[in-house]
Amino acid sequence: MQLSVWTYEGPPHVGAMRIATAMKGLHYVLHAPQGDTYADLLFTMIERRNHRPPVTYTTFEARDLGKDTAELFQQAAREAAERFKPQAMIVGASCTAELIQDDPAGLAEAMDLPCPAIALELPSYQRKENWGAAETFYQVVRGLARRDVERAPREGRAARANILGPCALGFRHRDDLVEVRKMLAQLGVEVNLVAPLDASPADITRIGEADFNIVLYPEIADEAARWLERTFDQPAVRSVPIGVGATRAFIAEVAELAGADPTPALGDTRSRMPWWSRSVDSTYLTGKRVFIFGDATHAVAAARIARDELGFEVCGLGCYNREFARDIRAAAREHGLEPLITDDHLEVEDAIAEAAPELVLGTQMERHIAKRLGMPCAVISAPVHVQDFPARHSPQMGFEGANVIFDTWVHPLVMGLEEHLLTMFREDFEFSDDAGPSHHAAHSPAAARIPVHDELASLEEAEAAPSALDADGDDSHRWTDEAERELKKIPFFVRGKARRNTEAFAQDHDRWPIDVETLYEAKAHYAR
Amino acid sequence: MSDTTILSGCDSAPASEKASARPILRERGQREVFCGLTGIVWLHRKMQDAFFLVVGSRTCAHLLQSAAGVMIFAEPRFATAIMEERDLAGMVDAQDELDRVVDRLLARRPDIRTLFLVGSCPSEVIKLDLSKAAERLGKQYMPRVRILNYSGSGIETTFTQGEDACLAALVPEMPRAKSDAAKQLLIVGSLPDIVEDQFLRLFDQMGIDNVRVLPPRDSRDLPAVGPNTRYLLAQPFLSDTAMALEDRGAVRLDAMFPFGAEGTTDWLAAAAREFLVDDALFEKVTAPGRERARKAMSHLRGQLEGKRISFLPDSQLEVPLARFLTTELGMIPVEVGTPYLHRAHCARDLARIPQSARISEGQHVDRQLDRVREDRPDLTVCGLGLANPLEAEGLSTKWAIELVFSPIHGFDQAGDLAELFARPLRRRDRLEV
Repeated sequence: MQLSVWTYEGPPHVGAMRIATAMKGLHYVLHAPQGDTYADLLFTMIERRNHRPPVTYTTFEARDLGKDTAELFQQAAREAAERFKPQAMIVGASCTAELIQDDPAGLAEAMDLPCPAIALELPSYQRKENWGAAETFYQVVRGLARRDVERAPREGRAARANILGPCALGFRHRDDLVEVRKMLAQLGVEVNLVAPLDASPADITRIGEADFNIVLYPEIADEAARWLERTFDQPAVRSVPIGVGATRAFIAEVAELAGADPTPALGDTRSRMPWWSRSVDSTYLTGKRVFIFGDATHAVAAARIARDELGFEVCGLGCYNREFARDIRAAAREHGLEPLITDDHLEVEDAIAEAAPELVLGTQMERHIAKRLGMPCAVISAPVHVQDFPARHSPQMGFEGANVIFDTWVHPLVMGLEEHLLTMFREDFEFSDDAGPSHHAAHSPAAARIPVHDELASLEEAEAAPSALDADGDDSHRWTDEAERELKKIPFFVRGKARRNTEAFAQDHDRWPIDVETLYEAKAHYAR
Repeated sequence: MSDTTILSGCDSAPASEKASARPILRERGQREVFCGLTGIVWLHRKMQDAFFLVVGSRTCAHLLQSAAGVMIFAEPRFATAIMEERDLAGMVDAQDELDRVVDRLLARRPDIRTLFLVGSCPSEVIKLDLSKAAERLGKQYMPRVRILNYSGSGIETTFTQGEDACLAALVPEMPRAKSDAAKQLLIVGSLPDIVEDQFLRLFDQMGIDNVRVLPPRDSRDLPAVGPNTRYLLAQPFLSDTAMALEDRGAVRLDAMFPFGAEGTTDWLAAAAREFLVDDALFEKVTAPGRERARKAMSHLRGQLEGKRISFLPDSQLEVPLARFLTTELGMIPVEVGTPYLHRAHCARDLARIPQSARISEGQHVDRQLDRVREDRPDLTVCGLGLANPLEAEGLSTKWAIELVFSPIHGFDQAGDLAELFARPLRRRDRLEV
């Protein structure tokens, strides 16, 4: 048993859901107990999808266990086929169903469903979300790709590529894809297929028609790409275009495979990051110590950008997905670091505290850790929260991605001039060592001064704003002790408003001192 | 007595009979609901010296972190002991593993006074005996830490039933009240502190002074229970807790649930009658709050009156809330879906829901969504897995979980409760994009 509060990855069937939700015309029948539908809201809330994920859960309950859960599964599969008329289905078990040993694969096979049903074996007690996504994508490709496709000779036609990996709940996948498509257009490369995002099972059958594959997210597409390489002799582009240097390498690699001229793509004038980074106000960034943690692909890319394109010093590098530990080890060697490969956030926290970086680049969890330690932080990798599925175009890939990354990483830092003043006037009452950047409305208390559990208390102090009536000087009798205590029970983020409203109400109705009744009279008065 | 208590009399026919006369649509199939583990998200805030250790899979940990969202604190008071292959393959003794995890946890957290070992689907399916573990570990750690067990698994519990299971596990630990002890009033169900204090104040003003709450804020300060105990359910989802209390001699006071002016009055009146509070005093104590509730709601009645509403099953709060919206704000319930209907506990609320409303228990989510699309209510109360998809189909929604996570009981929250339903409609009318 592993004691855990936070998990970087969900169980493998959530990875399978990410593939099903990304695709069109594919339905997932998941043998799972009541309650596992919680995962739907990752898609409808965090990613804000406007439709339900195409997943039917058998939702068995305790009373079903003695009886025929297998029958429940078949009924769910039948109903899903009838209602949604998918082109293909994937069937599998969640962690609990794995224990009751119904065999979704065998059951589906015995049913004579009107569409192909691809069985998934996802060992929930050994593997995790990314692995589940990769395995599912691989099985879908393997199960649906037509083996008899003939690629026309290359003369007289554009090169064709598959873009593999963009997925539901992927960090910036939507916008990365836009940038990658632009680059391919500049290189004159045709997109045969993007998968899994927005691909249908019918599309997948044509996957063998491309000349080569582009693996955007190895965590999801690497397994499938290796099978395609063996089966259709399709080479794979494995440079991930995150950062200016990596984008140039990507363009060169695609151009090489496509027999295209890379010059127009390399000369893309939207690349502002190099000049921003060279301009003198970026000088203060030199040698800033940065700690990097995330999925291996994003962490390795971030380390390269940090060192070679922003002039930071990488002081820590790690990933949570063991499957790609090799990449992190190689990169860490290059930066002269010990790699950190762990899915235990407490270990990550200790490593960050130990390294004492000036900037943390990580996931949602590192954001929490950095907040606690009073360090600036930017997000570079899943898992992420709702604010990292933004409305605006915010790629990480390509030259526009590099522009986004420059802004995102530099934003949490104190600006150069301010940094100088902070060092000069260390005792200044407004500028103190504890103050965060002045362009942030709120900033975390310095860890050394305020222990973690006092976070709320400090927020309460902050909200106890002086009221409009403090001017009369004598406020000792304005609130009875009981009313003051009652006010304290109102959540801190609305307490200031409640105080002001109540006092205005008391003023208008001449109700001094304010007692509990007055407080609630005012509440009712202002309710709307 | 006040007009509302006359209303609540409804002596023409017992409410329970009327309720049982109406047809209930019972459905089975795919359910879009939370499991009982989700209760931990608010229970751990209520009992500040308790820790909740789920024994489950990565899915359970993932659910908790998804539900607790931004609440993953530095030192949260809940965690998951994630079972691994070794635990399932019998390579290690799960009980030994559990001992190891609990020892480590309690060494790290000396502030914990009560530890709940919470069962999950995986632990229930492999029949890991957590009650035995709780007993064994309890021997080791009492009196410093009390160790209890309940199940929040999806195969047994839906969403708020997790709280029911947790409180039911506390009942056997409650001290026995002396047979000659004074009559005690017990409020059952975790309420936000501010609401709890309002109720305690009202009872105090009525002269009912022996009042306790389950769960207490301090998990080790459990109220006594016995034949002298009269209890009021503050929440409709506490059937097992109620049964456990009755096993120990406590008697339930039948009332509507305390939502809005009418519901709160009825709920308070049940206690007032039992404790022989004088009518005039009752009126004097409750009238100001009732008046405030009406005033606060009157601002919103115009926005809600005549609007049609459907509830999808979520928390068992659906029946009392549909009653509140119908009788106090003039809304028209179309379908009231609930994961489980406790007829006796909800009888008084159910009797006031018009016969035209469809009451459904359980769920077949696709068929239920077909009905929502056919009914096209002005507002659909549903979970977060369905809210945005329905909005995208042009149906306004109110997400249900907020009703469990906000102060909504009592006179002084009536306006806030009405506002929760009015806001999505007002927003829909305001937006021009």
